[in-house]
Amino acid sequence: MSFDYLLLTRALLPEIALVLGALAVLGYDLIAGRQRPAEERLKASLAIGAIALIAALVDTVLVGTMDSVYGASLMLDTLAVAARCGVLGLALITFGIAAGARVPRHPAEYVAIILFATTGFTLMAAANHLLVAFAALELASLSLYILTGYDKSRPESAEAALKYFLYGGMASAFLLFGFSLIFGLTGELEFGAIAIMLAHTGMSPLLAIALVMVLVAFGFKAAAAPFHLWAPDAYEGAPTPSAALIASASKLAGFTLFLRLLWPGLGSVAGGETGTGIGWLAPVALIAGASMLLGNVAALAQSNVRRLLAYSAIAHAGAMLLGVIAAEVTGPGPLLYYAATYGVAAAGAFGVIAVIEANGGCQKLTDLIGLGRRSPLLAGCLAVFILSLAGIPPLAGFFGKFAVFAGAFRSGGLAAPAGWLALLAIALSAVAFYYYLIVLKQALVVTPTAEPKRIRVPAVTGLTLLVATALLLLLGAFPSLVLRYFA
Amino acid sequence: MNLLPWTIYLSFAGAILALAAGTRSATAARVIALGTALAGWGVTLWAGCQFSPSDGLLTLTNTTWIESLGIRFHLAADGISLTLVVLTGLAAVAGILFSWNIEERTGEFFALYLTLIGGVYGVFLSADAFLFFVFYEIAIVPKYFLIAKWGSTNREYGAMKLALYSFAGSALVLAGLLWIYGAGNASGFSLTELAAGAATLDPNAQLMVFALLFTGFAVLAGMFPFHTWAPTGHVAAPTAASMLLAGVVMKLGAYGCLRVAMGLVPDAIFWFQPAIAWLAVIGIIYAGLVALVQDDFKFVIGYSSVSHMGFVLLGLAAATPLAVAGAVLQMFSHGVIAGLLFAVVGRMVYERTHTRQLAELRRLPLHRLMPFTAVVFVIAGLASMGMPGFSGFPAELSILIGTWPVSKLWTLAAALGVLIAAAFTLRVIQVVFFSRTEATADAAETHPLPPLTWPEQTGAALLLGATILIGLNPGLLLDWIIPGLNSPLLQAIWTGGAP
Repeated sequence: MSFDYLLLTRALLPEIALVLGALAVLGYDLIAGRQRPAEERLKASLAIGAIALIAALVDTVLVGTMDSVYGASLMLDTLAVAARCGVLGLALITFGIAAGARVPRHPAEYVAIILFATTGFTLMAAANHLLVAFAALELASLSLYILTGYDKSRPESAEAALKYFLYGGMASAFLLFGFSLIFGLTGELEFGAIAIMLAHTGMSPLLAIALVMVLVAFGFKAAAAPFHLWAPDAYEGAPTPSAALIASASKLAGFTLFLRLLWPGLGSVAGGETGTGIGWLAPVALIAGASMLLGNVAALAQSNVRRLLAYSAIAHAGAMLLGVIAAEVTGPGPLLYYAATYGVAAAGAFGVIAVIEANGGCQKLTDLIGLGRRSPLLAGCLAVFILSLAGIPPLAGFFGKFAVFAGAFRSGGLAAPAGWLALLAIALSAVAFYYYLIVLKQALVVTPTAEPKRIRVPAVTGLTLLVATALLLLLGAFPSLVLRYFA
Repeated sequence: MNLLPWTIYLSFAGAILALAAGTRSATAARVIALGTALAGWGVTLWAGCQFSPSDGLLTLTNTTWIESLGIRFHLAADGISLTLVVLTGLAAVAGILFSWNIEERTGEFFALYLTLIGGVYGVFLSADAFLFFVFYEIAIVPKYFLIAKWGSTNREYGAMKLALYSFAGSALVLAGLLWIYGAGNASGFSLTELAAGAATLDPNAQLMVFALLFTGFAVLAGMFPFHTWAPTGHVAAPTAASMLLAGVVMKLGAYGCLRVAMGLVPDAIFWFQPAIAWLAVIGIIYAGLVALVQDDFKFVIGYSSVSHMGFVLLGLAAATPLAVAGAVLQMFSHGVIAGLLFAVVGRMVYERTHTRQLAELRRLPLHRLMPFTAVVFVIAGLASMGMPGFSGFPAELSILIGTWPVSKLWTLAAALGVLIAAAFTLRVIQVVFFSRTEATADAAETHPLPPLTWPEQTGAALLLGATILIGLNPGLLLDWIIPGLNSPLLQAIWTGGAP
């Protein structure tokens, strides 16, 4: 155990860069931005913010992996470094989207809050301690509530934020309750120490309650069924860049934390194949199955493209939970790959929506009609994002699913629930293909009645979307670029 | 031989080039597409000349791709793959010639078309199941857009139905492959590794896996009762797409049934033999009877396609070397003939008369108005009926002879299907081209139709030439196919567990 502050500072360099960047954004806006038009303020803030993100990214790579930091409160293993990079990259994509979306009323604050949320995400990616995890999660969540309700002139945005906040707040209470019970049972806060204690004590009724609390809370945060009810409203009402952040970086950070808590921390009470008797595997499997079923089936009935993406996110959350289960045999690689590439595709899809919205609204699926004529660039990018979400090779979304399902079949075949869940997931992917194809049909096939207005895509946003497209193609064709770090 | 992977790379490169060129000039896109397809076909023919049947399974490239799952970029060819890539090259060239008149978004059309072709080449050359599946899916998505965007009757419905059937089928395949990988503890995804993994599964699991794989592929091969996507899809598709669908895409399914389902789980075919054979026979007869009563010219050809694919499935189900060789030959033969029939219906007739209703076509004296088309269709019809001298004859004959020792009943029922095929083919020939009308005499002056263009004549000549060549000398292909049956991937079927 070493409580070395120098080491801690080194490990937290990315977070420091982000916080300094957020303060710089606010400071610049306060000093120089007040008299300027909102677009310029947004551009300046995004530029400063992007520098902070890139600095954080460079820091993350330079610092690299470290063993336990500050008494193992933080764990900078490969998973943490990869997840931090992913989160920062996704935040950069969100910035690119924000540059092409409607300008919010207080642009500098909006950018600063995105940076604070990102700080929360990077901490979640490395947290190895119940209190650090909780604080990081709350930092991220509180920022996301504000980002959801940022467009306060629209009642939908306020409604979305309120719903998200009420559910999220409740989930935090559950989580804290669960954590306190775990602490009470083991007397430890740090995941490794908890694991050692639990290996001796094993399952107990009180621990079962604690596990249920934690699972419910993560179910809420990850928008897994049956705790998903806030998600469609939040995705529908939130400003588009916020929705992109919720769908992408927040998912990646959340699942990284969840994975670290469950396998290294609570692995001995997994139940099922590995542990003895009942454990958390069965409820996680149930939540995963329910999410995939509900998400995919409910998405079929949607006529609003954002709600459709929300239900698709619920379905993907189910598949990621399957990845959490399979991580026992596969290691964290496939789950991280899945969550990161899903984030790129989902954020990209919201990016396309944001640009369309800035040119006259994009809520209904029919608002996409004629996109191929209005902007071939947007249509092409949207096709890649949607096909990646649908899991069509050679895009990254396919390999993510493939690796997760292969791992699920490996962990016991059809004798274990994971195998059956993978079968269910594969069957439902055929259902999902239908609604994704409906989106593309509207955008590319249906002939518009009137000659549509062309869309001018802002250069930064266009570049961001192209980079996201290229990432999905590249990572899809060469998944080893990510996976080899986990070998 | 080692040039064969270039068929894949060339097609994808051509797709990008055609897309780029299409924004400036439609002609450039067409020329690029045709050049790409010709180059691809040339490569396959060159490889065919170099190929000696004793080569067995020839590895073309084999490099590590995704190490953590043991996935390799492994392309290989044997006589069976070679037969089918030659068919793909031919069908690609002919399809482009018959879609020379596409004016709307030409670049995108040919980009999707060449992507589809690249995927098909990839499937036929893959020796790694993951790679196989990737190419298989790459071939599915462009089909949807080709039909939904450039198709005709009820195109959005037909395209969606086809895409969903194909995707549902491929989901079954994926489940089967992952099951073998997971439960069989296979070390990787190459077909040989998966076959070894499948052998360790208990017999019931093997049967389940085989059912998943075979059903998944058979959906795309048009097996009864999963064939309903085929007629609607064919009818909705633009000419080139229906030529490709019938010509090569349905072959993907049949090839998957043989190479993946039967190749990986060789014992299980004998358990499922009666079920598959009966479904194949029902498909042959039922689709034939349905074709007999259609009012729409293209639906007749669509159902005839399903009926002929039934022979392929019957040949596979019989699982004797002669029947399987016949099935592969029938894949080639049907690919050529169905492509030709769809070209006549969709391009030569429909785009000039603007109707496909038999009742309306009956009133036009088409044998006077378009004598070349009439001759082409009559010859193609004869080939489709299985007349000696055309490729359908040796193919269906080998299937029937190969099936006879397994079950006389199936053979007789399938032979009945040949008669039905003759009936519906003769019916459309009579109704469309040679019906009596009062206005025969001066029809050519009163209703002149646009003359045939050179791409159409070239395309028709190519396809006719191929079916006659193979009809007169089936040994050209059988010399490739029969040694291919003994390649390491398929050997186990014959030694597996004969009934």
